[in-house]
Order: sequence, then C-alpha cells, then structure tokens
Amino acid sequence: MNPGTDFPVQFDQHGKLRHFLTIQGLSEKTLCEILDIAHSFIDFGKREIKKIPLMRGKTVVNLFFEPSTRTRTTFEMAAKRLSADVVNMNAARMSTTKGESILDTVKTLEAMHTDMFVVRDRASGAAQLIAAHLPDHVRVINAGDGRHEHPTQAMLDMFTIRQHKQDFSRLRIAIVGDILHSRVARSQIHALNILGAREIRVIGPRTLIPTDIETMGVVYVNNMQDGLKDIDVIIMLRIQRERMDGQLIPSEQEYFNRYGLTDETLAFAKPDAMVMHPGPINRGLEISSSVADGNRSVILEQVTNGIAVRMSIMAHLMGGQEK
Amino acid sequence: MDSAVKDAIDKLAKQIGSSGIEEPLLVGIHTGGVWIAEILHRQMDFREAMGTLDISFYRDDFSRVGLNPQVKASSLSAAIEDRNIILIDDVLYTGRTIRAALNEIFSYGRPASVALGVLIKRTGRELPIQSNFTGMEIDLKTHQQAKLYRDNGKLRLAIDEVNAT
Repeated sequence: MNPGTDFPVQFDQHGKLRHFLTIQGLSEKTLCEILDIAHSFIDFGKREIKKIPLMRGKTVVNLFFEPSTRTRTTFEMAAKRLSADVVNMNAARMSTTKGESILDTVKTLEAMHTDMFVVRDRASGAAQLIAAHLPDHVRVINAGDGRHEHPTQAMLDMFTIRQHKQDFSRLRIAIVGDILHSRVARSQIHALNILGAREIRVIGPRTLIPTDIETMGVVYVNNMQDGLKDIDVIIMLRIQRERMDGQLIPSEQEYFNRYGLTDETLAFAKPDAMVMHPGPINRGLEISSSVADGNRSVILEQVTNGIAVRMSIMAHLMGGQEK
Repeated sequence: MDSAVKDAIDKLAKQIGSSGIEEPLLVGIHTGGVWIAEILHRQMDFREAMGTLDISFYRDDFSRVGLNPQVKASSLSAAIEDRNIILIDDVLYTGRTIRAALNEIFSYGRPASVALGVLIKRTGRELPIQSNFTGMEIDLKTHQQAKLYRDNGKLRLAIDEVNAT
C-alpha cells in the first residue's frame, strides 16, 4: 500500500510520519521502531526522576470530546514524562457546547502555540480533519475517532503481545465481541496484519461483525469452542450496554453464555493463551471476574505499557523534524 | 587491539588507579565508552559491576535528528546516591555527550562526585567540559572524526574524513 496516496495527511513530503491517525498504511519498520523505542522507555517509570527532556518546552493539548479515563490519563503521563506541558480539555466544559465548531476550537488553541493535539471524538475522521487544517509543525495523535480507529491502543496491545510471545509469525490471535462498533478492533487487525500474525480470527454474533470482514484479512467464527481452538492470544472487546436494546444482542445473559470468556471457555484455547482487554471491562458480560483477575490476564500490564508506548509515539512524531 | 589503543587504555588505568578516588563506580557511555569501561573493569580492581548509559533521550539535537531506534537500555546497577562516579567515554569532542550524560546521571540520584575518563581527547570543545583522565590527545580539524571500531572483539582507532553537513 502506498502511504502517500492513501493517507496523505499522515505523512510529510519526505514520507516521514507527521501525525498518528491510523495504523492503516504504516510499514512494519515504523511499527517495530515505535515498539523498540517504547521498550527502552519501560524502565523510566522505576527511576528516581521519571522525566526525560525530549519534549521540554513543548505544549500538548488533550482534546477529548468523549469521556475517557485511562487513555487520557496515560497520554497525560506520557507527555509529562517527556517533560512537555499538558493542558486537558474536556468536551462538556468547552465552548463547543456554546456552538463553536471543532475546527474553531482547535485553531484557537493553536493560536496559543500548541505543538501537539491528542484528539478523541465520537465522529470517525475527526483527528484527520483537524490534522488537515493545522500548520505543518503541529502534530496530531488520534486517541479514538468514532468507529474508525484507536491506533495508540492497538500499538500498546502489540507491545504487550510482543513482550509475552515475541514472534508474531507464529501467533494465532482471536478478537472476541462487538467488532462492528469497535475502533480498537479495526486498529488491531491492521497492526496484526502488518506485523505478520499467522492468523487473525474474529468471534461474535453475526449482527456485531461487519459484513465485509474477510476483506480485512481475518477469519470469522460464530462460536467460542471452534474460534478459540489453537489460539495464543485472546483479545476481548468491551460490549457497550447501549447496544443491549435487543436489536443486536438478545440479552446480557444470553450473550455471556455464548461469548463470555470464563474459565470453561478459556480452556478451548492453548494452555498458555494470554487474555487481553482494552478496558473498561464489564465483569459478567464479556468476561468473568475469575478470568479478568486470573494469572493469564495481562489487562493491567496493558495499562502500564500504554504510557511507554504513547511516549514512544509522541517522541517519534516530535523528533527529527527540523531538517 | 591496536597498540596505540592499548597504550592509551593502560595510561587511563594508571591515572584512575593513582587518583585516590574512594570506591569509584565505573560507568561507560554507549557504545565506545562501554567497550573501554569493560576493559578497565577487567584490568582494575573494582568491587562491583560497572554501569552503562545510553544518552539518546538526553541529546540536545533530538528535534533535528530524532531518535535512533537502536537505543540501548541504560543500566546503573548500584544506587548512585552519594557515590563517586567515573564516567568513561571513547572520544571527548564537543562536550555535548558528557553534558547529556551528566543530566541522565542526575535523573537517577545525586552522586557525591563525577570524574571523566576518555580514551581520546580531541580538539573542538563547544562546552566548558574537560576530562580528568586522558588516554591520548589529538589535534583534528572539524572535517575529521576520531572513531573507535570493534571488530571481533578487537578495538581499532581510525581517523575518518567526514563530509561537512
């Protein structure tokens, strides 16, 4: 795939990554560089002084038009560990409620000499729209846009998988749940394909699977027993309770019985299969407490790794730009 | 090892040995400084393992050149609080690497003292930084570069011509 033509806004004229908006179109080399640098940031959390000066004097604005705890917090910590100044903007309190458009809000903040925006919005393509309207030296990171992508989440998931399982070419990965509405799943599928995963399966009720899912290079299975056979990594997705109106899922109990990850269904996978979840988890809906808190779960490691991976992505965008 | 390098390391070891620094902690800067520190550590009588530093995250040219994806992990094995550190690098040139290394060391804690030992001290300082222990001194022009190589474990010093950037 040619990045220059498919997602021109993400790259500068030399092909260097300028914004981090989507995993689609990135090279294996770029993903590996981000993971390698993230690896060297892991230890910083244990130092006496947890800061390094890479973004000293830079200003990062966290622009969240949708609520978020872990993503916003880990972005804030990542920026602070890189010595940036961070401003958090929450949608409810902002002037968008007074009728100002997103672009006017962004341009106002840009006029205050912001160097980087971290954007979350319920509209697909929001981060891309913002990136296209900012001057060249300003960077944008997509922290989740509608149903489109959540690329930094996918990168921290890849990092966590690599920490435990090393070589992607040997791995069979299953993503379970609401693929249709999941920006996380979309980014993960792109990343796993780029990194050369042996097999990617999606499992869930047909109503929650995009009709053209096979074109993304994955295999669809409609039940846990067949779907989890020989699987090394299980990624559970969050079921949003607002989808529980009977249109897509009959009932919570029925969903949990068929697609919930419990000690019984976990036994269908390989004995050393790891369990992941981007959070926040619904205990008793998509995953049982005993699995979520069990020794195969890496859910809290994912959160910890989120800081190092987001530091790495920020450093990747900020470094080497004054050529 | 090329004999000039060997002589320089011996000289460095002798200076460090007679410096009277109490219970020093040897710390090499990646990559050439670590090679030198490893040899010194073997030759001399240090009580504990040496530390290593990768100063990539502290460089002052990050916004121009970016990060090297081959960043090595820094490892300061012992607590450095109140310790006497001997920092080892291969070439002292502009002084910017040492400035970055000092910043990184202080992110781990507050040492009692830091001394600097270098294999080669060349001309071209841009900061007020000098070595305490010096293996050899060379006069070089700005288009020349003193570089240490390691082939099959053998150290070799070369003076390369570099294109002006």
